[in-house]
Amino acid sequence: MTARSIAIIYKREFKTFFTSPGAYIIISLFLIITGWFFFASFFLEGRADMRNFFALLPIIFAFSIPAVAMRLFSEEFKSGSFEILKTLPVTELDIIAGKYLASLLFALIMLAPTLVYPVFISTLGDLDWGPVVGGYIGAVFLAGAFSAIGVFASSTTKNQVVAFIISASICFFLTVINQSLVFLPSFLTGFLQYLSTSYHFSNVAKGIIDSRDIIYFLTLIFLTLYATYLINKERS
Amino acid sequence: MVQIKELTRYYGQTCAVDNLNFEIPKGQILGLLGPNGAGKTTTLRILTGYLQPTSGTIYVDGIDVKEDPLAVKKMIGYLPESSPIYPDMIVFDYLLFIAEMRGIEKDRQINRIKELAEICSLKEVMHKTVMNLSKGYKQRVGLALALMSDPDILVLDEPTSGLDPNQIVEIRSIIKEIGKTKTIIFSTHILSEAEATCDRVVIINNGAIAADGSTEVLKTSEGGTSLVSLTLQNADKDDIAAVLKGFTGIKETSYNKSGDTLEVKLSCAEDIRAALYSEIKKKDWILLEFKQERKSLEHIFRELTKDN
Repeated sequence: MTARSIAIIYKREFKTFFTSPGAYIIISLFLIITGWFFFASFFLEGRADMRNFFALLPIIFAFSIPAVAMRLFSEEFKSGSFEILKTLPVTELDIIAGKYLASLLFALIMLAPTLVYPVFISTLGDLDWGPVVGGYIGAVFLAGAFSAIGVFASSTTKNQVVAFIISASICFFLTVINQSLVFLPSFLTGFLQYLSTSYHFSNVAKGIIDSRDIIYFLTLIFLTLYATYLINKERS
Repeated sequence: MVQIKELTRYYGQTCAVDNLNFEIPKGQILGLLGPNGAGKTTTLRILTGYLQPTSGTIYVDGIDVKEDPLAVKKMIGYLPESSPIYPDMIVFDYLLFIAEMRGIEKDRQINRIKELAEICSLKEVMHKTVMNLSKGYKQRVGLALALMSDPDILVLDEPTSGLDPNQIVEIRSIIKEIGKTKTIIFSTHILSEAEATCDRVVIINNGAIAADGSTEVLKTSEGGTSLVSLTLQNADKDDIAAVLKGFTGIKETSYNKSGDTLEVKLSCAEDIRAALYSEIKKKDWILLEFKQERKSLEHIFRELTKDN
């Protein structure tokens, strides 16, 4: 595993995103949906904060990031180009890491334009920057976790649509279990709450950066990428 | 250079390669022949590190592919079947990507791509997207990628499949040119191709070796039958059949009558030409043609692999 080969794979993947119209469609949809839902209630409530934006973000990420990541492996399996990639002098870990980083960076670029919202809001009222900074830090971890899930789902199938459905389902599940705890038996709630990405995200988004939440995200990313590695190994 | 040792690979219950053993010395052009599904592609995929063997292994220059796949990959240039190149990339970008992946230094990359464009005649398509290329060009781009790092071993999986006759000749001449200095292993099921380009042919069937040798050796030794064809005038099929009855060891006879000439083809276990000629001399047939045919590689191939 070398940083050089990871960088080359990552660069190629990242460029490929932007050579197809798909990337621009995803970015546009993401910005329209987040912008619309956030500002639809923003002026009604009349509070200068971004709480609603960060409440909305996990569920939108749960669908947009799988759409970004779905092609990473699936397309290569389908066209057979994976055979060329894998027989170049790189390890499987290089390939997975390169693809993962490309997907993560794309998600962050998708998120970047929303940084104008807090700047805009701060002109309207007295914005508390703590939760905003926390929210964006949480968003980076969230994008990291969902990208890893997207890469994993993509490595399980050669059909992009199936990959999307698998990863969107996992991301959706991890997002909504926090809200559906009332329906579940009480002895499970602690565990399921800990499992939920949106729970940890909301902790960070409050502006409290706790090591437990960071460890949760890092563990999730590591385990998912490791599963991807095992699936790739199994394939050969 | 390459040693294949007791190589076995299963896909679930199906055995694709069954205890395969052979060696390829340095500088040889080896043709791997066999019907579809014989295990050619699987063998090449294990050699190039795409697949893992179920048991056994391959040594490349003494290095075990299972233990140090990275070192082996560095020595091998590989063109997979039907040249699956990223369809949405421009040829130049693609070659640059491969050059980077192969660890060619930055200041040499452009020069190397220029050299390859020359060898594989890619100049006109450098700026085109891969998906808009014809099959022949795609194959040549694939060949350029395999050659990128100037590897000692070149592995080509059916490099000419789906090409038109002109393109086939071009690819073959490139292979022959490169083969002067490199070890080349390529698979094909086109026999004339193996005949035209290879130093040595290994025929595999059902995952095991069915024959191994130079095309010349294979043609004369395998099967132990000789083919005789003769063309006669004023002869009747029944008369000849009666004459031939006197010979032992004739396996197959075929007749082909056109006008007043009759073409007879025999395959027999031993050389019966002398005896046959003296028989013909006794009749008042006119012998127009009489020759021993060498067995074609097609014939050998069919004989060795006819069980499937």
